[in-house]
Amino acid sequence: MNMPHQITDQDEELHEQELQNKASWSSALRFMAVMAILLGLVYPFVTTSLGGWLFPDQAQGSLIRDTSGQVVGSRLVSQTFVRDEYFIGRPSAAGNDAGGVSGSNLAPSNQALRERVQTEATAIAQREGVSVEQIPIDLIAASGSGIDPHISLPAAELQVARVAQAREIDEASVTELINQALENTGWLGSPVVNVLRLNVSLDERFPAATTTSSVTPVE
Amino acid sequence: MNDMVAIYALVALLCIPLGLYMAKALSVHPGQIDTIFGVIEKPIYRLAGINSQQTMTWQAYAVAILKLHVGLVLLAWFVFMFQGVLPLNPDGIPGMRWDTALHTAVSFATNTNQQHYSGQAQLSHLSQTFAIVTLQFLTPATGLAVLIAIARTLLMAKPRGLIKGVGNYYHDLTRTVVRVLLPLAAVVALLLTWQGVPASYQAAHQIDMLDPQVEEVQSIPVGPVASMVAIKQLGTNGGGWYGPNSSVPLENPTPLANVIETASLTLIPIALLIAIAVMTGRRRLMVGIGCVMLAFSLVSTSLVVYSERMPNPAFAELAQTAGNLEGKELRFGTDLSALWGSWTTQTSNGSVNAMHDSFNPLGGMVLLMDMFVNVTFGGIGVGLIGFFLYLMLAAFVGSLMVGRAPELLGKPLETREIRWISLAILAQPLIILGLSALTVALPSAAQISNPGFHGLSQVLYEFTSAFANNGSGFEGLGDGTLWWNLTCVVALLIGRFLPMLVPLAVAGWLAVKRTAPTGRGTLPVDSPAFMGLTAGVIVIVNLLGFLPVLVLGPIAEAVVQGF
Repeated sequence: MNMPHQITDQDEELHEQELQNKASWSSALRFMAVMAILLGLVYPFVTTSLGGWLFPDQAQGSLIRDTSGQVVGSRLVSQTFVRDEYFIGRPSAAGNDAGGVSGSNLAPSNQALRERVQTEATAIAQREGVSVEQIPIDLIAASGSGIDPHISLPAAELQVARVAQAREIDEASVTELINQALENTGWLGSPVVNVLRLNVSLDERFPAATTTSSVTPVE
Repeated sequence: MNDMVAIYALVALLCIPLGLYMAKALSVHPGQIDTIFGVIEKPIYRLAGINSQQTMTWQAYAVAILKLHVGLVLLAWFVFMFQGVLPLNPDGIPGMRWDTALHTAVSFATNTNQQHYSGQAQLSHLSQTFAIVTLQFLTPATGLAVLIAIARTLLMAKPRGLIKGVGNYYHDLTRTVVRVLLPLAAVVALLLTWQGVPASYQAAHQIDMLDPQVEEVQSIPVGPVASMVAIKQLGTNGGGWYGPNSSVPLENPTPLANVIETASLTLIPIALLIAIAVMTGRRRLMVGIGCVMLAFSLVSTSLVVYSERMPNPAFAELAQTAGNLEGKELRFGTDLSALWGSWTTQTSNGSVNAMHDSFNPLGGMVLLMDMFVNVTFGGIGVGLIGFFLYLMLAAFVGSLMVGRAPELLGKPLETREIRWISLAILAQPLIILGLSALTVALPSAAQISNPGFHGLSQVLYEFTSAFANNGSGFEGLGDGTLWWNLTCVVALLIGRFLPMLVPLAVAGWLAVKRTAPTGRGTLPVDSPAFMGLTAGVIVIVNLLGFLPVLVLGPIAEAVVQGF
């Protein structure tokens, strides 16, 4: 019962004062300066420093390193994979460039979307040796960010035979690595495969395959 | 499904204690909370030279808002244009073009966060924090301050005597920032960092790609992202660090992060219903309003979830049959993208975790309708203020229907009030439809990316989002042009200040009128019948205004697609 009164009590006190019927520029600008420093500099600095100190790995972008300690990417950013030795991820309207993140923004009614899907579905069907109706939709639907690091489990399984053949290894060991690259297996979310982590572990476990065509040193 | 349950449960569990806390922390009776937060608040008042105890007339309150916002727009405009030579710019990003910088400044100063740029590539760390985060705190706090001013002027169940002042703007603003937004944002920022949202002042990482066939080097921009994403979600702001917002894994990395960010969309707007109920003593009224809002929300969310579970026709017979995954992230799927899309348009937030341009036509249309209504919880403060605007109109209509002189809460509604209320409501279709018509009439201005009916939807969405202070978009639209920047500035400013300041003025006008004693002729605003009437007024006003354009846009698109 006292809560509603709190305001009116105060208001009555205020009635005894002069009402302020003007608002000055100087209070507005001084208030702005104080608030900009507090909210725009102090708050981000404190939370960023604290976050960086508590969670140093996440704060820097969840980078993945190979066995030699070299940074090979981020757990949260997809990369473009072309060669048969690698699993491929979802189509990206941004070319998997985290600096130019973007979705396709194509409407379902846009003929350009139909054409893109057709091209991609045909290419994947040919590459994996299946019919288009068997392709899981995430392999041909572009993500929202353009850097979605995941594919579905069926989308990974579809690629096992091709990757195993290209690396000249048995399919069971590829499937085992897929299971190790599964994420969101808890109560929240549904299980998805992290493509970069999977490909990094493939290179680590079966490095021989990479000697055939890769390790083209940059520059 | 678990995620959906977790999100609803989190909001339901947190909104009551938060509402009670806000009622206590934002009322003016001195208490323990004052002593604690006084440590931060007193130096603010002293440095700004403000007597926080002096109450303002509604005119002074409104002028204080406008003067502060003029300052904020100029400050942000300056920072954006000259960020190239200012500090905290590790990636060497050049200054923004003047019109994009102006649009961005106005967009953030109106709690809209409509973005005609891509943050990670076009804004320095200084712009993203000093200019943008500052506005992301002050603008929701302004909405809340005005709501409290209206509540204490108009809504008190047991007012004592005539109330002349509406409160002190800086006092209401500072308390909201220091006592509510800052502590919440700090906690959410740390939780998000834990989940993988970057928190760093370093430049972008340059990484050699594993399979360097197409590109050899990948750039991964980082920054003090988590601190911004927290207040972006909590403050019905919506402007993200990265262009595609919370669909980007760096901005929304895990299912848990998505639960936290989605719940943050509606948390404060819903808690405010409870806070105002406690502060004013009008419990039945606020329960009624809450029920109308919840009904609108559930209908909208169900429709969008249903829409996105339907297949995208462009994928027919080219893949396994599944929901519409174009423009959506796999870790969220269609349901969580639809839930976010509907909540972000209901609450005037405007952040996204999927691309709305690629939603099926039904889903896209419901998002548009959410923004037309804009009071389904709505933006912080302004959602309830907008609802009061409709309530005033319903009181006018309802009084006339039963043959009484129009009145609200015992105060007579006269020509001056009704004229301004009507103007504030009618400005919306006028601005949105007027600017849309003008834009599609100028062939070079529209910059539509999707042909046909969807193109009109893109234009309509952009102006609707600007006027509703939402900020999301059908992002295929080429909106970084002089035309789009300047026309949107008009929609942003009118859409923010008219529907916010008119109810403040009406509250000020009504406060000094004599209250008629409650009797048989009094319109019971907290009755279910009157709430039904208000809901009806909201639906009818929006259908009358926007049904024709919806037929030409999303409905025509849906019919062509066959559902």
